Amino acid sequence: MVNLTIDGRPVSVPEGTTVLEAARQIGIDIPNLCYDPRLTTAGACRMCVVSIEGFRNLATSCTTKVAEGMVVHTETPEVVEARKMILDLILANHPQDCLTCEKTGNCQLQDYCYRYGVKETSFIGEKRQLPKDTGNHLIERDFNKCILCGKCVRVCAEIQGTNAVDFVGRGFNAVVDTAFNENLNLDNCRFCGQCIEMCPTGALTNKQFKGTRPWQVEKVRTTCPFCGTGCNFDLNVRDGKIVGVTTGNPDGVVNGRALCVKGRFHTDMIYSPDRITTPLIKKDGEFVPATWDEALDLVVSKFKEIKERDGSDAIAALSSARCTNEDNYVMQKFMRAVIGTNSVDHCART
Amino acid sequence: MTNSIGEIEFNDCLFVIGSNAPEAHPVIGSKMKRAKRRGAKLIVVDPRRTELAEMADLWLRITPGTDAALVNGMIHAIITNGWEDREFIETRCEGYEDMWKVVQNYPPSRAAEITGIPEELIVQAAEIYAKTKKAGIYYTLGITEHTTGTANVMNLANLAMVTGHLGFESTGVNPLRGQNNVQGACDMGALPNVFPGYQSVGDPKNIEKFEKAWGVTLNRQMGLRIPEMLDMALYGKLKAMYVMGEDPVLTDPDANHVKKSLESLEFLVVQDLFLSETAKYADVFLPAACYAEKDGTFTNTERRVQRVRKAVEPPGEARVDWEIICDIARRMGYEMNYCCSEEIFNEMRSLTPSYAGITYARIDKVGIQWPCPAEDHPGTKFLHQGTFPRGKGLMQGIEYEPPAELTNEEYPILMTTGRMLYHYNIATRHSANLDGLRPHELAQLNPADAAAIGVEEGGEIRVTSRRGSIVTKVTVTDKVPPGVMFMTFHYKESPVNELTNSAYDPISKTAEYKVSAVRIEKVS
Ligand code: SF4
Ligand code: SF4
Ligand code: SF4
Repeated sequence: MVNLTIDGRPVSVPEGTTVLEAARQIGIDIPNLCYDPRLTTAGACRMCVVSIEGFRNLATSCTTKVAEGMVVHTETPEVVEARKMILDLILANHPQDCLTCEKTGNCQLQDYCYRYGVKETSFIGEKRQLPKDTGNHLIERDFNKCILCGKCVRVCAEIQGTNAVDFVGRGFNAVVDTAFNENLNLDNCRFCGQCIEMCPTGALTNKQFKGTRPWQVEKVRTTCPFCGTGCNFDLNVRDGKIVGVTTGNPDGVVNGRALCVKGRFHTDMIYSPDRITTPLIKKDGEFVPATWDEALDLVVSKFKEIKERDGSDAIAALSSARCTNEDNYVMQKFMRAVIGTNSVDHCART
Repeated sequence: MTNSIGEIEFNDCLFVIGSNAPEAHPVIGSKMKRAKRRGAKLIVVDPRRTELAEMADLWLRITPGTDAALVNGMIHAIITNGWEDREFIETRCEGYEDMWKVVQNYPPSRAAEITGIPEELIVQAAEIYAKTKKAGIYYTLGITEHTTGTANVMNLANLAMVTGHLGFESTGVNPLRGQNNVQGACDMGALPNVFPGYQSVGDPKNIEKFEKAWGVTLNRQMGLRIPEMLDMALYGKLKAMYVMGEDPVLTDPDANHVKKSLESLEFLVVQDLFLSETAKYADVFLPAACYAEKDGTFTNTERRVQRVRKAVEPPGEARVDWEIICDIARRMGYEMNYCCSEEIFNEMRSLTPSYAGITYARIDKVGIQWPCPAEDHPGTKFLHQGTFPRGKGLMQGIEYEPPAELTNEEYPILMTTGRMLYHYNIATRHSANLDGLRPHELAQLNPADAAAIGVEEGGEIRVTSRRGSIVTKVTVTDKVPPGVMFMTFHYKESPVNELTNSAYDPISKTAEYKVSAVRIEKVS
């Protein structure tokens, strides 16, 4: 273990830990725009600079490894000045439309500008005027809000494994885009949406959340209803209605914060107009709405009649690999204990 | 899975057979790619050039339905080259001699003839898999959806046993279970031969235990499996069915047979979210709540029991599945009252030793993997450490048997089916978000076969098997080899299971979805 001091507090961490991670362990939040614990380190944004005694220059804490006896200061006037300058430079080429930006309230750039009192840029110059990618119905990309942190590039390459986007061009013209500057489409992108959650600004937006402010939602953690991987995610509920899905389980051992397109974008299915919302009884070949009493009484009288006439084994049930364990337990108990047959099965084989 | 999802990225060799994980289990697929980036050797066995096949160190383009011959050829190469793990075989396994009696007849040269895979590739795959310590086998329906599915799985176990790749981290024989809770539904005893926790209905001790718990006399006769139910319905022996959350008309093989069976029933109840294809045959339809509208648990493919939480109210009069069932039970004179899903879970775990130690409180943040016999037990990350449930691992020789249906002059194309990324079985068709990405089937057809009937990219073809005939759009791609086409089963507009073969594996009753012989024509 290596012992060091950060903002006057002693901390002891394994060798090889970065200063930024060491600080996080004792709850000291060093600002950063391009760091994520799950990704390789880029050291690109320089927001995480700190002052380390004995170092000539400020050091990026995400790339600097701890050393025995190190003394770190994370918020010296010099550090604050450097961060303000970085924010000032970012804003020089960033639209200032926070009032109508989807990301407001959930934007790291906005948070840091607030934290360091940066209201506007002191640079006057040209700003990018690039058209948005609105070519699909799930993800919107606004290149003018991109701060080139590269997190989307890394999550796509390192976690998703698709390499849909990368840095293109240099200097003022640099952007993060797909090969050949195409819109996101089924050929280049898997629509897992992991890049959206990584993005520290409003450059990438989940269209399902348009019109919903982050503070308007309540999050309910649950498990994905599609494949056997069993990813965890949070259903975002606003006024009793599910708006969409986010992730954020630091304990998520199955998927961390990864999801696929189905887990991420399926929730409109819950509100499909095709949902049936009342029991139906077939009369003369047509389904007609019924009350629960009518429907269940009919089911019970038919089950009883058949059981008495033909025996319990004349009735069978299909339980479901889509339903919960509790539903399945109750179904097999019902068939065995009430109907009196072991004929219960499910599509275990699809 | 014998092992865990979290171990995948730390494998040094992944032997992926019959699994298109990046589409069917995308997050697991990404972890496989991560392992590969880290330097793991990736061996992919697939007739199609899938995303994983494209990045594999070795891609074994197998003729569908010949897996047993490949695995035998690999075991043969391992034994004859001395790459096996003698100690593991001698201390942990039995039946080696019997297994070898069969496998000795499959030198790689013969395996190559049957599978269409070059002999050198079979030997190389065997060598890499055998010589890498952390080597795991991953398989999906590509292995089980054959008439020889159960045998295929046993054969993969043979391969893992001869190389000692069982019982420690990043190894094992790992089925990637298809649906979200197919593991749980099996665990819960939604099977005709076992009570919850795989306790046999044939064992008097189990009968006694459940009779006592439920306060009834139980039927001692084994129940019917799905294909048997459908047959019995057709013979008029099965009169009524209660179908909850499944759509056999679309997902079971030989859909026309399924429809006839359902039509023969005197009474059919369907409980679901949507009017499925199966629901159209129902006498009564009961509207159910979806997963976001109820509390409970799902058990994933690595045996991890995880919470499902109610986020919103069900629409209209829709009700939670178990509440509907309990209501029917009460109306039939059996008191089935639960305050909440947790009470059901607690009753279940009191009767299911492998779940006994799991509580809602314990899985509030992170799920637990069964077996978990006691509340102070941490759960089980990987199975078979030190010993197998039956003591010694049993090796069994598996002969190669050709698929039940072969191509001929009349039906010259081999059709294989599976899943794709944007849909999950049927329900996702009701999501405009997902359906908007891929609103119709795009059957994959090799350029040579497409040219032969004069169809182009996006064109329509009629596909006909001995059982039915459907129309689909095609994409022309060399991802499938000549003579093989691929379709998914997500679309009711092109219901592929009208074509598939209902020949079943004699043990698991899994149908041979993966191989049907078909004929194709251009639709003008
Ligand atoms: S949605 Fe997924 S695949 Fe597409 S760019 Fe973002 S991370 Fe990459
Ligand atoms: S789009 Fe967002 S995540 Fe990607 S580089 Fe730009 S700011 Fe960073
Ligand atoms: S998010 Fe995708 S990979 Fe994860 S459980 Fe759902 S369907 Fe499977």
